Amino acid sequence: MAERVGIYVCHCGSNIAGMIDVEEVARWAGQSIKDVVVSRDYKFMCSSLGQKLIEDDIREQGLTRVVVAACSPHLHEKTFRRACQNAGLNQYLCQMTNIREHVSWVSTDRQKATEKAKALVAAAAERVKHQRPLEQGFVKVNPATLVIGGGIAGLQATLELADAGYPVYLVEREPSIGGHMAQFDKTFPTLDCSACILTPKMSEVGQHENVKMFTYAEVEEVSGSVGCFKVKIRQKARHVIFEKCTGCGICVEKCPRKVVDNVFEAGMGYRKAIYTPFPQAVPRTPVIDTANCTWFTRGKCQVCSKVCPTQAIDYDQKDEIIQIEVGNIIVATGWKLFDCTRIPQYGYGRLANVFTNMEFERMCNAAGPTGGKIVLRDGKTEPRRIAIIHCVGSRDVRHNQYCSAVCCMAALKFGHLVLEKTKAEVYSFYIDMRTPMKDYEEFYQRLLEEGMHFVRGKVAEVTDAARLPDEQGSLIVQVEDTLLGTQRRIPVDMVVLMAALEPQADAKELGLKLGISCSMAGWYTERHPKLDPVATMTDGVFVAGACQGPKDIPASVAQGAAAAARVAGMITAGKVTIEPIIASIDEQKCSGCRICNNLCPYNAIEYDEEKGVSRVVAAMCKGCGTCVSACPANAITGAHFSNEQIAAELEGILWDAIADGRPASAAPDGSKAPQSTPVGAA
Amino acid sequence: MSKGKLALYWAASCGGCEIAVLGIDEHILDVAKAFDIVFWPCATDGKVRDVEKMPDGSIDLCLFNGGIRTSEQEYMAQLMRRKSKVLVAFGSCAHEGCIPGLANLYNRKAIFDTVYKEGSTTFPENPQDHRPQPITDVPEGKLSLPLFYDTLKTLDQTVEVDYYLPGCPPEAKNIWAALVAVLEGKLPPKGSVIGLHTTVCDECPRKRSEKKIKKFYRTWEIIPDEENCLLEQGLVCCGIATRAGCGALCPQVNSPCIGCHGPNDGVEDYGARLMSALASVIDSQDPEEIQRIIAEGIPDPVGTFYRFSLAASYLRRSKAFGGDGAAAAQPTPLAAKA
Amino acid sequence: MENFEPKIVGFLCNWCSYRAADLAGSARIKYPPNVRVIRVMCSGRVDPAFVLKAFSMGADGVMVAGCHPGECHYIEQNYKAMRRFYMLKQTLVAMGLEPQRFELVWASAAEGQQLAEAIERMTDNVRRLGPLRWAENWADDPQREEALQHIVKEHEEALEVIS
Repeated sequence: MAERVGIYVCHCGSNIAGMIDVEEVARWAGQSIKDVVVSRDYKFMCSSLGQKLIEDDIREQGLTRVVVAACSPHLHEKTFRRACQNAGLNQYLCQMTNIREHVSWVSTDRQKATEKAKALVAAAAERVKHQRPLEQGFVKVNPATLVIGGGIAGLQATLELADAGYPVYLVEREPSIGGHMAQFDKTFPTLDCSACILTPKMSEVGQHENVKMFTYAEVEEVSGSVGCFKVKIRQKARHVIFEKCTGCGICVEKCPRKVVDNVFEAGMGYRKAIYTPFPQAVPRTPVIDTANCTWFTRGKCQVCSKVCPTQAIDYDQKDEIIQIEVGNIIVATGWKLFDCTRIPQYGYGRLANVFTNMEFERMCNAAGPTGGKIVLRDGKTEPRRIAIIHCVGSRDVRHNQYCSAVCCMAALKFGHLVLEKTKAEVYSFYIDMRTPMKDYEEFYQRLLEEGMHFVRGKVAEVTDAARLPDEQGSLIVQVEDTLLGTQRRIPVDMVVLMAALEPQADAKELGLKLGISCSMAGWYTERHPKLDPVATMTDGVFVAGACQGPKDIPASVAQGAAAAARVAGMITAGKVTIEPIIASIDEQKCSGCRICNNLCPYNAIEYDEEKGVSRVVAAMCKGCGTCVSACPANAITGAHFSNEQIAAELEGILWDAIADGRPASAAPDGSKAPQSTPVGAA
Repeated sequence: MSKGKLALYWAASCGGCEIAVLGIDEHILDVAKAFDIVFWPCATDGKVRDVEKMPDGSIDLCLFNGGIRTSEQEYMAQLMRRKSKVLVAFGSCAHEGCIPGLANLYNRKAIFDTVYKEGSTTFPENPQDHRPQPITDVPEGKLSLPLFYDTLKTLDQTVEVDYYLPGCPPEAKNIWAALVAVLEGKLPPKGSVIGLHTTVCDECPRKRSEKKIKKFYRTWEIIPDEENCLLEQGLVCCGIATRAGCGALCPQVNSPCIGCHGPNDGVEDYGARLMSALASVIDSQDPEEIQRIIAEGIPDPVGTFYRFSLAASYLRRSKAFGGDGAAAAQPTPLAAKA
Repeated sequence: MENFEPKIVGFLCNWCSYRAADLAGSARIKYPPNVRVIRVMCSGRVDPAFVLKAFSMGADGVMVAGCHPGECHYIEQNYKAMRRFYMLKQTLVAMGLEPQRFELVWASAAEGQQLAEAIERMTDNVRRLGPLRWAENWADDPQREEALQHIVKEHEEALEVIS
């Protein structure tokens, strides 16, 4: 049965009618396009009267398809779809074509603009006849959530959800949750003790009835999609039986093997071969570092096993794969520190008294390797002059173009701690001071008053090659002071490099597992930088904290809470809508060639080894259509953007080229090809 | 049951299809039992005028192989269409033009230049540059030759076709299946291609995994291993886009599929499918590298993607040698091109 | 050729280039009316078959536009569009198509001006090349009718002689 198409051409006041002869377009469409039963023009189609026009025609004229030629579908597609739906016509049987933004507003010649509008209307009309009714699908949302990363952002998200009564799985790579914040001494600008505000949250998470924590564990594999992800978690072997260990710490105490702690202590201190990263660690269960443990490396010792009062040591423990199911995932994997040896002129690794910001944090920390004393690498000499160099690896085209966002404030905090704890002079070498958040500028003012020295200029070099007598035995900071306009050489005893925040080394790898992308710099990409900052392009996967870009603690906490709120919203709704504009594979036609398998960035195409066919997981498909056009067997169909629909659109859009006296159809198949006139028929 | 009437005809093709009919072996006896072969110039003595005298629609089945290159072939196509109940485009040439269709990269003038002028075998004997003329006056009257068309057409671009039997040449088992279908009256919907409704990979025993291609190799460049997908080894294997039904013969002897069975159901342009699929799995995001991979690995894109289907493709023929009219006033001779 | 207005089909992705065209409109940037837009969700949806069909049906040019590399709404599908573009372009050129008739353009949603300029440039180029009229390429031979009639006549004469 032929479709009954209604065409509505909008004047948009004079916005369209001023440049396009809309009456002519409507008249022409009504006469020339096959199956058009109604063709009207109207002042404002989007007005309630305009919409009613469509609704009435659907009811009274029995329209089966609707074309609205008006503004961009991005503005009013929903409006007209709703109107159709109201009148009982499936919303996907309505097609908009854009004769305002794409024609009237950009054209200068009324006749040509009218011709273009006709072609677009013809295209929409031909297309709409091939459109099919589609229904939105639903997927139930599993109320459990996976949080990846136990830093402050992840902890916040975990607590928000757990407190709301939803189950949370928290996966942390290190033996303890806490993240970078656990390493800090004070936090800017309030100078709260970091541990004092963090550790209560850690123990709350550790004891929460709704939280299942996996520390010393990593995400191995993610499958499924929003509402029902299946996640495999690799629980690395601790060699300490979690259930038996009471966390008494006697094994750590008695372990004879001391190891430099490059992670928590940033190389400034030691830990044992069996250890918890820090005293307030959650959980308290230690892990054995098999690369350094004497038993694992030389087959001797077993002291820990001997002293353990609960027989919790298990040298034969193996990695374990744990499978969980969750409805949503929050990624809060944080950042890693820029490797300062990449800027050799600053001397890190070569000049003993050049420190990174992380080393300095540990040094300032009362529980740290120096007991909170600020001393040179020898462990006893108090520095008299300290230089703090900003933007090491940030705002630098050779390394990272972005601003690391926290270093200015951290440098001010360091300045304050130095002035508080020592008699040393502190110099800050900055490019620009960036203190935009609440109370930050006030903190900067405070440091100016406290007597911290500020030199505006990017440091050229840190060297121990003295030129002047008073430089002997010092580190010399060579800088162009751009305020004074002179080159300066400032001798100091200690240099602190404010190293950049960088994406985790395996951020991209995890992103691939989750189907989320990274920016050029390597940070996870949010769905919209302004309006959707914690969602990602993959439904059900959210980002929080510094894994999305450098940010400080308040911002990370805010994002953790925001992500949790988004997830809670999904759980409360109980189901998610699945857009029907997706691909599907005809298993009859599919030959299992596997061309499409790695084309999908959302891993929505899976291969059924047994049947030898590929299959689209509807809930994961975003409808881009790339696999549709790649399929060599023509087995994949893209709903609402099918080959037939686009081919019909082409035929409409080129109606005048076809009618121009050129052959009517170029289709090679016999039915449409121009037949040669039979001659000589008897 | 009275015997059916069978005709076979041969237009612009190599003749392989005629021989392929014999590939059904002893079934040929069944064919003889079931059908009167009323017209088969290649094997039996029959005249066109005999066919012209038959009532329209009196032939039950006509297997027509070859594309339409000349006026005489077009006349025969029309004649066989008129006289036959069921007209089958038999083999790749009738189905989609096949190798003769690649001549659509040139035009009549360029082809005649090659054959009658630059061709090494004819040149010394044709110093006056004689060309075939449709009509030649001789003392006894007029002699005529068929008109050689500029563009080779497929059978269905000339007359209405009922079924297609793909392949270069069609496989004996498919020929037999088609004959059986006619005999038993179990014909598929009109316009169907007789074969499977999937592509060659479905029948190919090689191991396939996800595809990423850094370099396309030409067949002489590597000896592929016999276990894994040839395409994954960098060979342009057309099996991904080619209709199954042949039993994946070529890949099974370590040679990539070249696409003689044409496209799967619903595909209007075979080359487009192949181009899109192959391009999609090139493992590079760098425009220059991508262009290099394509240029080096696929130096003859039309011959690779449209080896059998140029005449049936959307574009049908090259624009460089347009129609023989004004557009092709000065075609470059073939020899200069090569 | 003075009055020749090329007909160019533009395949624009929903997220960047279609919005760039929207923006060009909102900003009242003027450009030639020759590019007629077909909206696809992603430049990766553009099947070479669409392009071939467009040319065979009388398009004088085809433009494919997508998000900039690295900015694809669908993460990386525009790279796939790019690979297909080069593959198809090589084939089209081998078929005798002038390369300026088939273009790939990157335009972000903010680049209304750039898209308008690209349309203007392409329109100028194609106008200079003239109409494509690809389908005329396989128009029937002028002598075809006559040649077919001749065969009929000859056969009729032959039949008369025999009978």
